[in-house]
Amino acid sequence: MPDISFDALNVGDAVPPLTVEPISRTTLALYAGASGDHNPIHIDIDFARRYGMDDVIAHGMLVMAYAGRMLTDWAPQTALQSFGIRFSAIIAVHDEITCTGTISAKHDDGTVHVDLEAANQHGEVKLAGEAVLRLAN
Amino acid sequence: MIDKTLIGTKMPSHSTVVDANRLRLFARATGQTDPVYLEDSAAQAAGHRGLPMPPTMAFCFDMDVPEPFEILDLLGVELGRLLHGEQRFEYFGDVCAGDTLTYRTTISDIYDKKDGALEFIVTDTDVDNQDGECVVKMNRVYIIRN
Repeated sequence: MPDISFDALNVGDAVPPLTVEPISRTTLALYAGASGDHNPIHIDIDFARRYGMDDVIAHGMLVMAYAGRMLTDWAPQTALQSFGIRFSAIIAVHDEITCTGTISAKHDDGTVHVDLEAANQHGEVKLAGEAVLRLAN
Repeated sequence: MIDKTLIGTKMPSHSTVVDANRLRLFARATGQTDPVYLEDSAAQAAGHRGLPMPPTMAFCFDMDVPEPFEILDLLGVELGRLLHGEQRFEYFGDVCAGDTLTYRTTISDIYDKKDGALEFIVTDTDVDNQDGECVVKMNRVYIIRN
């Protein structure tokens, strides 16, 4: 169980990064079923090609879920106040995603701001954003 | 071009139960091995009422309707042109297996860039629990590739 305290954290500290196994077609099929997002652009290559893609593309929300895992591996989920990201590139099959985060601010109300990113094995940033957590002393 | 007079449209609300097996399937699909998200006993030891719904999964239960992309039909957008641009969650209470969530979505904005080559649909969703408390707010931006 995560056990971190507000007082022990400093601006500039890194959140322990999370690297996930490369995204496979099985990953996308499982995520489609689990998430309820059956958009064929993620699972049907014929459909994807009809819309100008070379291959199916991963669900962006799969990678946001990985970023969420990084956060809840580090802090209890109940600390999470907000979590927002912008997707910056299409996520491909076989991308190996690493999520990283850095504490960008600490406030007197007990909240910490984390700048976070998810990038593939080539360093291409797929999403970037911010989470706010309220932590006990 | 998408009809901008649809800004402000409220989509039909819907409710869904947070199913424990669905949470476990989501854990498997996202590589989650933390027992807090898999085992009732670990969840309770961590202070949760039951298996907690992970941070991004409020988005998923919003798709538990017969036509999850109904909004695209309303806007006249083809699913294959859709990209997810931005996603934001605000949390006001924990959600656990067995809770019932009610979703209310409003189309907040519609705009375009690059002379209409890209169009943007912004929606805001309030998610209430079975006690009528707002537990999550979601803001999403979809991008349409024309």
